[in-house]
Amino acid sequence: MTWFLDHIPEVLDLTYRHVYLAGLPLLLGLLIALPLGWLARRYRPLYLPFTAGFGLLYTIPSLALFILMPGFLGRQILDPVNVIVAMTIYTVALLVRTVADGLAAVPDHVNNAATAMGYGRGKRFFAVELPLAVPVISAGLRVAAVSNVSIVSVGAIIGVQQLGMLFTDGFYRFFYDPIIVGVVGCILLALVFDLVIVGVTRVLTPWLRASGGHP
Amino acid sequence: MAAGERGPPVIQDIIAWLSDPAHWTGEDGVLRRTLEHLGYSGIALVIAAVIAIPAGLVIGHTGRGRFAVVNLAGAARAIPSLGLLFLLFLFLAPRVSGDAAFLWPSLIALVVLAIPPILSGAYAGVESVDPAARDAARGMGMTGPAVLLRVEFPCALPLVFSGLRSAALQIVATATIAAIVGLGGLGRFLIDGQKSRDFPQMASGALVVAVLALLVDFLFALAQRYAVSPGLTGRGARATMRHTEVAVRAAAGETEAIRPVDRSRSRQ
Repeated sequence: MTWFLDHIPEVLDLTYRHVYLAGLPLLLGLLIALPLGWLARRYRPLYLPFTAGFGLLYTIPSLALFILMPGFLGRQILDPVNVIVAMTIYTVALLVRTVADGLAAVPDHVNNAATAMGYGRGKRFFAVELPLAVPVISAGLRVAAVSNVSIVSVGAIIGVQQLGMLFTDGFYRFFYDPIIVGVVGCILLALVFDLVIVGVTRVLTPWLRASGGHP
Repeated sequence: MAAGERGPPVIQDIIAWLSDPAHWTGEDGVLRRTLEHLGYSGIALVIAAVIAIPAGLVIGHTGRGRFAVVNLAGAARAIPSLGLLFLLFLFLAPRVSGDAAFLWPSLIALVVLAIPPILSGAYAGVESVDPAARDAARGMGMTGPAVLLRVEFPCALPLVFSGLRSAALQIVATATIAAIVGLGGLGRFLIDGQKSRDFPQMASGALVVAVLALLVDFLFALAQRYAVSPGLTGRGARATMRHTEVAVRAAAGETEAIRPVDRSRSRQ
């Protein structure tokens, strides 16, 4: 505990970097997964190759991806961009299927009603399909958020600054305190990400509250 | 992409490193390290499965401990594997000697991380079994354990396998990281390469690990396809038959005696 009190500014700085490295890829990944998921839903033959194909990216072990990324991007190994791109890849891998399934879960009669009311394809997507798919997409985003926070910490092995650096610091000095602070920090951060997504989802889906959970 | 002076020309490096036969054979060659990696991963997966599959099946069958499983599986994802590994190492390394100093912390971390996905797969598998199949089995005079083993377990297999599959990937990835506390396996190339600033070695090791993970995933997908009853996967001639009937029939060792279940009662 005293170690933590003596190192608050350092821990806060690492936390800030961790939020950036785990959070920005969530947004980027969602932006990329939305059109891909839409394509997978819209064109049936694309569903399997898209969901299974992007899903395969998630199987690549994080340390391996962190090491290969700089080579492929032509950047230095400590450049945060490597981690951002790697984490975006993992987020897309998880979300393409979620987005496609979320859009597929919108009832046909709702889509038909929107069409009958004169909604064009674009307007129907943004005003009807996407909002109704929010609960499913948000569930996938929660999984991605929690897993991102945990995976980013592995970057400490190659020296990327974030909460995981507390793990390597404690390991090399054979000292528990920084590791415990890092683990607790990571878990709290995952919880905060989760709460933020749940909160945003609630704001975006007022009808779920009005009807007690059933659209 | 033309790699500049700063960016390592990763692909040529990897090709050059991997095409040197000396890197493939011997004590610290790719083949030996791959076998080590698979060995540690396999041991951890078996231990985790022996603990988690029966527990998940019983929880799914009885409904007891449901709340704990759902929350445990979610919370476990938030545990940073590197932090867990180091905590176990700091705690165990002074208490054991020799190879056990890195072996025990690594294996325990692998097992701990593998249990939640297997547990929730087994539990969700049993819970998703059509109640009609369960009722039918009871109606045929099966007792609780018989229902679990002969109807619920076969019906739960697809989800049991998908739990095992995510656990296997988690293990292969974490076993790579465990090289930092001294575990053998392919992670050695990544960690040792970093220490000696041998980038080609690091990148080649990373590529081999990625390929290994893809192969493991592929093998599990294949095993899932062929280990699961044809009635459940839709393979085979009677693909449209509802899986519950098939399971009950399989359980009863019958083939054609049961009439089709009323389709209007299918799950919403």
